[in-house]
Amino acid sequence: MSERFLSPRVTAVPPSGIRRFFDIAGTMKGAISLGVGEPDFVTPYHIRNAAMDSLLAGETQYTANRGLLSLRAEIAEYLTRRFDVSYDPETEILVTIGASEAIDLALRISIEPGDEVLVPDPGYVSYAPCVTFAGGTPVPLTTRAENGFRIDPEALEKAITPRTKALIFPYPNNPTGAVMRRQHLEALAPVIERHDLLVISDEIYAELTYEGAEHTSIAALPGFKDRTILINGFSKAFAMTGWRLGYACAPAALTAQMNKIHQYTIMCAPRQSQVAAEEALRTGRENGYKDILTMRDSYDQRRRLMVDAFTRMGLSCHTPEGAFYCFPSIQSTGLTSEEFCTRLLKTEKVVCVPGTAFGPSGEGHIRCCYATGLKQLTEAFLRIERFVWQLGVNK
Amino acid sequence: MSDLKLKLLNLMQEDCRIPLEKLSVMLGISMQETAEAIEEMEEDGTILRYRPVVNWDRINVNRVEAMIEVKVTPQRDMGFDAVASRIYRFDEVKSVYLMSGSYDLLVLVEAATLKELASFVSEKLSVLDTVTGTATSFVLKRYKQDGVIFEAAAKDHRLVVSP
Repeated sequence: MSERFLSPRVTAVPPSGIRRFFDIAGTMKGAISLGVGEPDFVTPYHIRNAAMDSLLAGETQYTANRGLLSLRAEIAEYLTRRFDVSYDPETEILVTIGASEAIDLALRISIEPGDEVLVPDPGYVSYAPCVTFAGGTPVPLTTRAENGFRIDPEALEKAITPRTKALIFPYPNNPTGAVMRRQHLEALAPVIERHDLLVISDEIYAELTYEGAEHTSIAALPGFKDRTILINGFSKAFAMTGWRLGYACAPAALTAQMNKIHQYTIMCAPRQSQVAAEEALRTGRENGYKDILTMRDSYDQRRRLMVDAFTRMGLSCHTPEGAFYCFPSIQSTGLTSEEFCTRLLKTEKVVCVPGTAFGPSGEGHIRCCYATGLKQLTEAFLRIERFVWQLGVNK
Repeated sequence: MSDLKLKLLNLMQEDCRIPLEKLSVMLGISMQETAEAIEEMEEDGTILRYRPVVNWDRINVNRVEAMIEVKVTPQRDMGFDAVASRIYRFDEVKSVYLMSGSYDLLVLVEAATLKELASFVSEKLSVLDTVTGTATSFVLKRYKQDGVIFEAAAKDHRLVVSP
């Protein structure tokens, strides 16, 4: 009955396809999940300890809206060292509740009703709904396995209309693992400039790249800092998902507006998460980012194992260069992504996420996370192989 | 030590039964190269043995363990190494370490019963010329060994599915 109070703008957005899958899988005993979207490491001890110290010292108050200045200074230093971009801690950095808040803010300060925002498809589940909530119109920008799921300049050009305001640019990519290397960025740059687009660059997986595909921030291209909102956070690089801490970096005029919404709605990110994040960056600066490199090596080994496993069972799998997902094609089985995942879950108790949860272009693919223990991965591969093999037999 | 060998050791320390084929995929090298690296380490004494980490409490067997702090007077022509080798030759002795601090050698001993262990200390260890004193501490419970936690299995707190 109370539905009459709801805004159609909100009810029109369907609930996340991932959520529905979670409801089925969550109740199943003995299931192996490749459906997770977070590291299997616990936050390094020294980082957790910094938060505990802070709590014990009674640091339980608000921080500045934009976040602790000392943390913002570390973020600025980190971005310069790792990605060769420079932001002023005082005016160009805003500490947020996860990269998620930063995405929402970036859209809310820039989008007016009728504005179109290009969203890579397949892509992370939140972008299109956030565009809609901000009053804009999400326009899918299809990427394909043949191109390594990268955005190519012609496809971008074609998707742009006079109403296009912004491009969401999430690389390294969840769910595809695609990385846009410098040369790919440079090929896109003229199109973006010609149409004067704002780039919302979600770089949360920046530290997780493999095979020498070092991350290049699009903000590092000449002239691009001015049109880019760079978004990053601590969840993936430092295994800190539950701490909910991210940041947005942008020219002062944009940061000020994001901070305005942030200060009215959020006030500030939790202090202990900020303290922990500062510890993560400071120690990283001192020890050459040892925590990150150790975890990255471990993901890399499992990445190779997973690509190899899918290839062996006859599912073609483009080699992901970033994040911690494989996005193999299941087209050869003749099933839709949804059918494949549902039946796999029922018969073999392995959880994968249907590609369609990430947009219509995800059809024919499934997302599998390799941030899981070796034993479980091995068992999961056995089960998927058995499932695929039986499909072939029953056809 | 090469970076490759170090990575191999790290993986094998976690689980030394990972098949050769998998190790080579994970490290991005051929099976031949992997096998050779392992063989080299076996031959040059880097890898000494492959053994399970056992939780003996799960098995109904008599077993007593103790850590013995041993003070030693190093003598002319007989440094710590020589004393240590006298000690580590006893079958009861499972590990021997030379330590800094208030004692010299740490000796880990295993026996079937308390009595056997006591007689090892009084009849075999203490009587060595160079041993000037021992302090024996019995192991009551083992929580973690070689990086493996014994009772509480690490729990995965993650949601089964997340974006």
